[in-house]
Amino acid sequence: MKALYFASIRERVGRGEEEIAPPESVSTVAELIAWLAAKDEAYAHAFSNRKTIRAAIDKRHARLDSPISSAREIAFFPPMTGG
Amino acid sequence: MIVPKILLSAEAFDAAREEELLLAGRTDVGALVAFTGLARDEDGALSALELEHYPGMAESELSAIAQEALSRWPLQGLTVIHRFGLVRPGEKIVLVLAAARHRAEAFAAAQFLMDYLKTRAPFWKKERRADGRAGEWVAAKERDEAAAAAWELRVSRAKSPR
Repeated sequence: MKALYFASIRERVGRGEEEIAPPESVSTVAELIAWLAAKDEAYAHAFSNRKTIRAAIDKRHARLDSPISSAREIAFFPPMTGG
Repeated sequence: MIVPKILLSAEAFDAAREEELLLAGRTDVGALVAFTGLARDEDGALSALELEHYPGMAESELSAIAQEALSRWPLQGLTVIHRFGLVRPGEKIVLVLAAARHRAEAFAAAQFLMDYLKTRAPFWKKERRADGRAGEWVAAKERDEAAAAAWELRVSRAKSPR
């Protein structure tokens, strides 16, 4: 699946998007965040404050317990500040 | 059936022109509420705001929020325009136009649109400083979350039997 990163999370990860292949045991958004955060220090930093991480699955808002099995694209971003 | 106008723009937009477009040929509109959000610089420290967005989702979220407004109030016209990219102090970032027969629904819809847009539309602002130092990401405000949540409460109250 494709992972997208925006704003401060994008800066900390160091890229805006990438292909990821989490193991099947990773089944929810929260588990994917934990899996990504374990990759290296940059990811750990990007995902350090779990309370401020928002996610979208296929361009729709998702929750931490949303299943990711059918997702083609998962985006991670901080709380939105438009308007 | 009202089709809202939803637009993402890298360029400055003309709010007065958008009002004219919304009202052109209409004689049934009794109230038009316009909200304009601008890039603000309080002490000369800011040279611009960089507005990052999630292409595709930004449009679909704005459309979803507009449809939600249309389902809640009997509106006669709705326009939502949001800038992305570099926006300089004094320039407009967002425009919401809500047209209705009467002012109450036009005011309410415009406020609802902005409250929801703030917390659900995938845009992020980063400050670009005039002195060249690295700017900060603008922090989300708790009061924005509270304002959006208050609308949810109004719905659940309206729907729950007394």
